[in-house]
Amino acid sequence: MNLLRLCLLMLLLLVGAAALAVSLGETPLSLAQYGQALSHPASPPGEVLWSIRAPRVAVAILVGGALGLSGATMQGLLRNPLADPGVLGVSALSGLGAAVAIASGLAAAPGAIELSALVGALLAGGMVVALAARFREPETLILFGVALSAFGGALTALVFNLSPSPVATAEIMAWLMGSVQNRDWIDAARALVPMALGVVLCLRAGRGLRMLTLGEEAARLSGLPMTRLRVFAVAGSALLTGAAVAAAGVIGFVGLAAPHLVRALVRDDPKRLLWPSALAGALLLVLADLAARLIPTEQELKLGVVTALFGAPAFALLAWRASRSWRS
Amino acid sequence: MSAPWTLIGLTARHGRRAVLEQASLTVAAGEVVGVVGPNGAGKTSLLRAGLGLLALDAGEARLSDRPVGALAPEQRARLVGYLPQDRRLAWNLPARMVAALGANDLVEDAADALALDCLARVGGDALADRGVLDMSGGERARVLLARLLATRAPLLVADEPVAGLDPDAQLLTLELLRAEADGGAAVVVTLHDLGLAARACDRIVVVDHGRIVAEGAPREALSRDVLGQVFRLDGRLVETPAGPLLAAKRL
Repeated sequence: MNLLRLCLLMLLLLVGAAALAVSLGETPLSLAQYGQALSHPASPPGEVLWSIRAPRVAVAILVGGALGLSGATMQGLLRNPLADPGVLGVSALSGLGAAVAIASGLAAAPGAIELSALVGALLAGGMVVALAARFREPETLILFGVALSAFGGALTALVFNLSPSPVATAEIMAWLMGSVQNRDWIDAARALVPMALGVVLCLRAGRGLRMLTLGEEAARLSGLPMTRLRVFAVAGSALLTGAAVAAAGVIGFVGLAAPHLVRALVRDDPKRLLWPSALAGALLLVLADLAARLIPTEQELKLGVVTALFGAPAFALLAWRASRSWRS
Repeated sequence: MSAPWTLIGLTARHGRRAVLEQASLTVAAGEVVGVVGPNGAGKTSLLRAGLGLLALDAGEARLSDRPVGALAPEQRARLVGYLPQDRRLAWNLPARMVAALGANDLVEDAADALALDCLARVGGDALADRGVLDMSGGERARVLLARLLATRAPLLVADEPVAGLDPDAQLLTLELLRAEADGGAAVVVTLHDLGLAARACDRIVVVDHGRIVAEGAPREALSRDVLGQVFRLDGRLVETPAGPLLAAKRL
């Protein structure tokens, strides 16, 4: 399918899903109230739509899109369909940053958790970028990412261990499960800056990702500045993942599954996969968040729980059907 | 005119083991040079070192008389096309897109047109829109050969281009590379089939233990002594109407 047409189609789906997500929610509104919300944004129904639901949907779109793009970039760079945005350890250190902020009481300051999570992500990203500039084989990066993830996980466990109060522990737990509840427009704007930079870097790396299909050596002689493109891919992916974790906590499966949803539609091309994968990620997360809000439970379901709950079986099914094209 | 490829005293060590030892070679435009040697002799290392893919402990490799290390990636790509031995591909791209990767200096449409042209030359017209992971090994080898041809570089280096191919595909591959040489390119191939190497190449380079131990026209380079000492074979090249054949048994 033509890439532009595919993207427009997915954008249309995303707009539809976003409209649905803004109009549906815990508080049922009558037709008259919808009219009021549209004509008077400052009215109570308007508040529900534009100050509570809309920014939440916007954050879901940003986070889902970032994870989808980051996942597609990592899969292309590492030539591995199992890679996801967390594969290099960025999610783990980002989560650690948030946990430290909450446990140390910094969280009272607005934006402190997000900032701390982003610092964790940039720390991990910096290390991985330095590594990506030196080592070419994907295995080295993957192994380092596994080690970094384990280390970040251990330090987060240590934070739990030393946490002063059960309240802080519960708060960290809740945060790590991922959610876009109560996000406002400032949260969305805050996420936008690092994400925009990440998008630019990942898209610039696209040609290199396609060339890597041939393997490392042929790519190095292809005329593309592969070291630079590899660094772009890693740095861009780290920025996107870090900003996503900072905005909404750790949300699994979206970054892994989104590229697979659209891969066949772009004939497996890692370069043309990037935009559709971002759109697929955004779509998935908007729908997951809508499900989290609409499923009637005592406490609202966490977004990370929903994505894993629905994502895992769906992904297994997808993997089953796609297994044929994964031969190496 | 400067030689497309000049290797001067290439030496590379892996720990204490010498991978390459003082290997020197000049490849001129229009010739097909075959690099032969037992497994692990250093054939691939010689090619990789000569292309700047392997760190050297001593010596210098030059592409069209320019040190390979001093070339920017796009300059190097204009001077050499490389077909690695490893034919694994990461994704199931259509063949035409893989072939077009050889021509990333062109705009997408031109690269695609060239890719189709090169696929036709390797007898792979029918493969153009098929996914490369859905292909047999032989079909994939054709696609990768088309990618090499699409580079249009003055030096084409192919590592084991005929490994695993049926006889017809082997001969076609070498014919196509010969045509590139006739068109002015310098061609370097590593081969295991000594008879095929003797028939297809203007010059043979014999590598053993990281050293170039013999070099010259096929009959000179593959002398009885070399066959015995390097390949542990008791044999000789026999002239036939189809070209020289290797008649040999193990020593």
